[in-house]
Order: sequence, then C-alpha cells, then structure tokens
Amino acid sequence: MINFAHGDFFMIGAFICLLVITFFHWPFVLVLLAAMIGVTLLGIAVERIAYRPLRQAPRVSAIITALGVGIFLENLTLAFSPYPQAVPPIINNIYWTIGEVTISLLQVITIFLSVVFMLILYFIVQRTKVGIAMRAISWDKTIVPLMGVPVDRIVTITFALGSSLAGAAGMMYALSYPVIDPYMGIMVGWKAFIAAVVGGIGDVRGAMIGGYLLGALEILVVAFFPSTYRDFMIFSLLLVFLIFRPLGIFGKSKGQKL
Amino acid sequence: MINPYIELILMYIGINIILALSLNLVNGYMGEFSVGHAGFMAIGAYVASVMTVLIFPAWPVLLTFPLAIVAGGLAAALLGLIVAIPSFKTRGDYLAIVTLAFMMMVKSGLENIDAIGGARGFLGMDRLTNLPWVIFWVVITIWVIRNFIYSNYGRGVLAIREDETVGELMGVNTRQVKVLAFVISAFFAGVAGGLFAHLLQYINPTMFDILKSTDILVMVYLGGVGSLGGSIIGAALFTILLEVFRPLQVWRMVLIPLLLVLLMIFRSRGIMGFTEFRWLIPKREKNDTPKNK
Repeated sequence: MINFAHGDFFMIGAFICLLVITFFHWPFVLVLLAAMIGVTLLGIAVERIAYRPLRQAPRVSAIITALGVGIFLENLTLAFSPYPQAVPPIINNIYWTIGEVTISLLQVITIFLSVVFMLILYFIVQRTKVGIAMRAISWDKTIVPLMGVPVDRIVTITFALGSSLAGAAGMMYALSYPVIDPYMGIMVGWKAFIAAVVGGIGDVRGAMIGGYLLGALEILVVAFFPSTYRDFMIFSLLLVFLIFRPLGIFGKSKGQKL
Repeated sequence: MINPYIELILMYIGINIILALSLNLVNGYMGEFSVGHAGFMAIGAYVASVMTVLIFPAWPVLLTFPLAIVAGGLAAALLGLIVAIPSFKTRGDYLAIVTLAFMMMVKSGLENIDAIGGARGFLGMDRLTNLPWVIFWVVITIWVIRNFIYSNYGRGVLAIREDETVGELMGVNTRQVKVLAFVISAFFAGVAGGLFAHLLQYINPTMFDILKSTDILVMVYLGGVGSLGGSIIGAALFTILLEVFRPLQVWRMVLIPLLLVLLMIFRSRGIMGFTEFRWLIPKREKNDTPKNK
C-alpha cells in the first residue's frame, strides 16, 4: 500500500527533535534515538488503529485512510504549534574547506548516517527472514499467509522500520534546515514517493538512487534555469522518464495473471 | 431569496459535486488512482477567468460566461488528453505519480506566467457564478456522466476497472475508453474550476495544489466509489461538515480526518460504495442492476 502519511511521520520526527532539544537539551545521539523511537511508536500505533482493520478492504480505502491520518497529524500539530518553529543547533558546526567546496560537520554526519541506514535497511530487506517475508507479502497477499508467514507481525515490523527512518530523516532535516512547520512533510513525502517510483517500487537500491537523482536534479536545474522553474523542470523530467521507463530504474514487470 | 450565506454554501456544494463526480469517473469507475484533479480545475479556472477578464470584457455577460466556462472545460479536456496518453502503459502507483507530476507542472507553470499574475494570483473577475448556473452545470454533469457510464463506452470503463487484460481480450478498445474517460473527467473539473473562479473572484496557483486534490479525493471516497449518488452525498456532506465544524477553528481539521478514518474502518466502501440511487439508474437497467457488489 501507499502510506501517504509518511511525510507527516517525517514532520513529527522533526517536532519531536524540537521538543527534546528545547526541553531536555539532549545530545545528538539521544535526540536521534528519541526521534526514531517516537516516530516508530507512532507508526506502529497508526498501523494498528487505522491500517490493520483495512487489510482486507479495497486498496483505495487504505489510501484514503492514510491521507486522513496525514491530514490529522498535520492539523493536530498545527493546533499545538501554529507558527513555524526554529530548532536550536545542538552540535558545534565545524567547517572544512577543500578547494572551493565547504563541508560542514553536520553535512558529513547526515550523509554518513543516511548511508549507514540504507545499508542496514538493504541488509534487512534482502538478507533476513523478515525481509524475505516483506517482499513475499508485497508479491502476493493471498498465498503468503497460507505459507505460514505472520502477515500482521511482518507488516508491523515494516511500519516500524519505515517510520523509524522517517523519524531519523525528520531529525536530520530539522538540524540542517532549522525552521519547521506542520506542513513541511507533505512535499517531502511526495518527493520520497517520486524517488521510490523513479528507482522502482520495492527496491532499496532503487529508492536510494532515485533519492540521489531527484536531489541532484533539483540542485542542477536551479543552476541552469530560474529557480521558480525548479518544480516545473523536475516534474517534466519525471514525466518523460516514466514514459520511457514506466517501472522505474530497477522495477521488474510482474506479468499479468488471469 | 435565500440567505446569502446558505446560497454560498449551496454553490460550493454544487461545485464540489461536479468535482467529485468527475473524479469518480476516473478513480471510481475506471479504478485508476488520479491525484491530479486540482490541475484540471486550475486550468479551467484560469482559462475561464482570462476569457471573461482579458479577452471578452465588453461582451454581454450572459453570452461570455457560459462561453468562458466551456472554454475552461475544453482547455482542461485537452490536458486530460495529454494525461491519458501515459495511462496506456502505466497504471497503479505509477499513474498516480504521472497525474501528480502533471498537477505540479500546471501549478508551477501558472506561477511562472506573469501575464496572468504568476504566484500573486489573478483577479478582476465579476461574480458571475450564481445558484442557477451552478445547478445548471451540476445537472449537465450528472446527465452526461450517467449517460456515459451506462453507454457502451461506460461498460468499457468498468471492464478496465475489473480486469484490463480480460477487457481487452473481450474486444474493449481500452485506449479509446481511457482517453474518453480522462477527457470527460477533465472537462468537468475545468468547468468546476471556472465556476469556482467566478464565485471567489480571485484565484492563485497555490489554491490548486495537492491539498485541493486531497479534498476532492476525500469527497469521492467518503461518498463511495463507483456511485454517482455517492459523489453527490460525499461532496455535500464534506462541504456541510466543514461549515458545521467551523466554530471549532483549528480543531476542525483534526476532527474531520478522524471521522474519515473511522468511516473507512467501519464502512470501507464509503457511504454509497457501488450502490446507486434508483432515480439515477436508466429505466432499462433497473431490473438487472445488482444492488450490492
């Protein structure tokens, strides 16, 4: 299914980060853990309450529920925090200059962490029993439970994994671009979805490459065109790409069953 | 006459009914997942406004207004044609992305055209939309979409939803049917956009973003997919609920999605879901239409 509330999980991660920094002044690692665990719990709760009863329902009902959960989270946050909030910095930024390029410690940490998380996720999805079960469920929802796979538990684990990563991403975003608001997750969520589609749905490598490609394109487009054309260019490139490779970079056609 | 506030709400309900019906054609009857409906609405709104404000400001209103609305619809339909072409090959999540991309392109494109105000928005329309016009267009929409669904092409649309491959094997020209469904759907979304612009007298590209699309999706699924009556009820209920909960201020948009989630959990097909009002079913169909599916 498509979790349209994913961008809002990301937003909640950023807000948890803001809360623990302003109230407890925790160090970096603890903030990261708090954001990840908080959003994981939220993800599991949302899955239990809102998505699980709809496992057998038509696919669109689940999508609408996800949209509903997303709007709910946005406006709940908005009710508590009607203004954009500034996140105080928690690490002393060190800058290195190599040639003409300046890199900050925060950027290094962000890139390093994202690579580590991707490797862990890739390992879980490709090499562990749980990961095999996940891929099996996405392949065929009817047969796999008959093979003794506990669907509910696997889906919960999938949600926990996905939302913990969203939490980590939200935290890193909040530190790099320290103004956060309740609607920040919408566009990020859609862009994550676009990156996943460009890479090929159900493929960790694809999602990673899709994400890098999208990010790089956004920056490059601004370098050559007025920045107001950024979205226009990105989305037209996306359309052209989908016409030529409708299943993404790594997507495989599953074939039609009759 | 009726209280202007009630009249305004009734007009919003009418416009939302047109939007919900047109989206239901693609999402409910054809079973695709289009999230770009706000894009068609934006095109309709802008083209209709440009017609009345810039091109024919001096002509009699009674002539230009329907002309502008139809022109807005046609412009949207033309874009619907463009969106329909990728739908030949892509479906499901990928088609959702195509429609999303299309919508973002429309929004971003409008923001960059300075002649129509760019991101500042476009204004200068007279308040030409009134209740009779809205009712007129609602009736036209219901009539056209109902007749389309119960025509041979409509059977093709349903065949695509149930099983595209089998439909094609049974001789349905799926490409033609998809193009028709997208074009009709886009046309009415454009009409709704034109009416909306001449009711609000001000439009800007941010009005037609993903949130607007989400609203329309919610109305369709709230009412129930694959049901004209469902879209009518869904649009009306959603609009009225938004008004009834207005005193709750910011908590309004916390409560409404919560109600939506609850509705989906306890009645996942929406209010009407694949059932239909008797008066919306053509006479010859009444005997053999299954009550529940």
